[in-house]
Amino acid sequence: MAAVSYMSAHGQTYLTRNGQVSFYSKTPMEDIKAVNKQVYAAIDLSTKTVAFTLLLKAFLFDKQLMQDHFNENYVESDKYPKASFTGSFKENIPATPGKYPVEIQGQLTLHGVSQPVKIPATLEIMPKGLSSTAIFTVRPSDYNIKIPSLVKEKIASQITVEVSANCSTVK
Amino acid sequence: MQRTYLFLFSFLMLQCMQLQAQDSSLLRLLDDSLNADSRQPQEVTGTFKATQLINLPTTESPAKKTLQFLIMHRFGKLNEGAYALFGLDNATIRFGLDYGLTDRLSIGIGRSTLDKALDGSLKYKLLQQTEHSIPISVSLYELVNHYTLRYSDKPYLNARYRTSYVSQLLIARKFSRSLSLELAPSWIHMNLVPTPDDKNDVFVLSAGGRWKFTKRMSLDAEYNYLLPNQAVSSNITRSLSFGVSIETGGHVFQLVVTNAAGMAAPYYLAKNTGSWGNGDIYFGFNISRSFNWNRK
Repeated sequence: MAAVSYMSAHGQTYLTRNGQVSFYSKTPMEDIKAVNKQVYAAIDLSTKTVAFTLLLKAFLFDKQLMQDHFNENYVESDKYPKASFTGSFKENIPATPGKYPVEIQGQLTLHGVSQPVKIPATLEIMPKGLSSTAIFTVRPSDYNIKIPSLVKEKIASQITVEVSANCSTVK
Repeated sequence: MQRTYLFLFSFLMLQCMQLQAQDSSLLRLLDDSLNADSRQPQEVTGTFKATQLINLPTTESPAKKTLQFLIMHRFGKLNEGAYALFGLDNATIRFGLDYGLTDRLSIGIGRSTLDKALDGSLKYKLLQQTEHSIPISVSLYELVNHYTLRYSDKPYLNARYRTSYVSQLLIARKFSRSLSLELAPSWIHMNLVPTPDDKNDVFVLSAGGRWKFTKRMSLDAEYNYLLPNQAVSSNITRSLSFGVSIETGGHVFQLVVTNAAGMAAPYYLAKNTGSWGNGDIYFGFNISRSFNWNRK
């Protein structure tokens, strides 16, 4: 029984190492955007669970200085190199190709802080693989990321995060 | 009834546990493969905040397509007394522009009020410190200094005599998130020296570092040791400088105390006459501002 459930679970695990997470901070003073194209993602349809993990140093900014400040002053990627998300959803996803909206509830871990989050996402069943997209917002203050008053007007209090991952089945 | 609840409860518990186990096992699977893949060495960034420690250049240079405007400012000597407001009445300034051609190569020009000197420079990063594999960053800094101050009594002082060249090897290591140290041997060639006993080629060994005491503030120090018996006709002193750096967005402010008035390489390395003991102490600041065109 356990073996069967393991096998069936294994058969429905979708993985990628090239998922993409980008974030935007828009203020009248400055627009900041960064993209990370080395995101590891796993989606298991049988257990309805999702996991993401990424290295913060892999976020690329337009300006080198912003990238340095992001790593050194805000997320402190030398101390906390990774950000990760684990979650689960309740909706039933049929095996037929198509787009299915889900609500993923889980834990987002960033800067050494874990917070419960609800993320509306879309899962798309494709003939070969599974694609997922999501847009949500993150407050740096929830993750103990302090923004000094001097640059407060340049960094939004809500950062928009866009996720997309094209996963394929595990062989 | 009770049994049904108990059954439901234990069923839910089991479900939860299974879910959690799945959760963490899925993430563990990802983390394992992430760790396996991230073995390739990561570059160590932010060894120094600015392109110069105080006077001495650091291994840092402006990133590609970034222009840095640098204002270096030194007031007069502290021992000028109350009449000159302890030096604040006078000032020596160097303006500099540095541009990143690539992330590793930058070019710069500068103009100092001292001797009305112009300088041009090139900085190239030979080695980049990485985690686990390369322990140091090394940059090569080449500078040409040419002064334009007019001397009506020295008609022979043509362009050739007014020029000097500096080669510096900048060797730095970021030891921890707060401590970075730099060692810099320099070779200076001066086309004209005061007497035949003075050497045209002089060697200097410099050392310095920064200690970051908050995320955006650091204490900096540097010492430039001119090797003995090279400049003999005048009483040349070795420059020792201290600073506090404050970083705010695209700016770096540095408050400085030093015994060197000059801010271009030949002056603070091999032509300095100020002494801490005599109170030849200059208060000053460096401000650098970065402008960026690297929009994607």
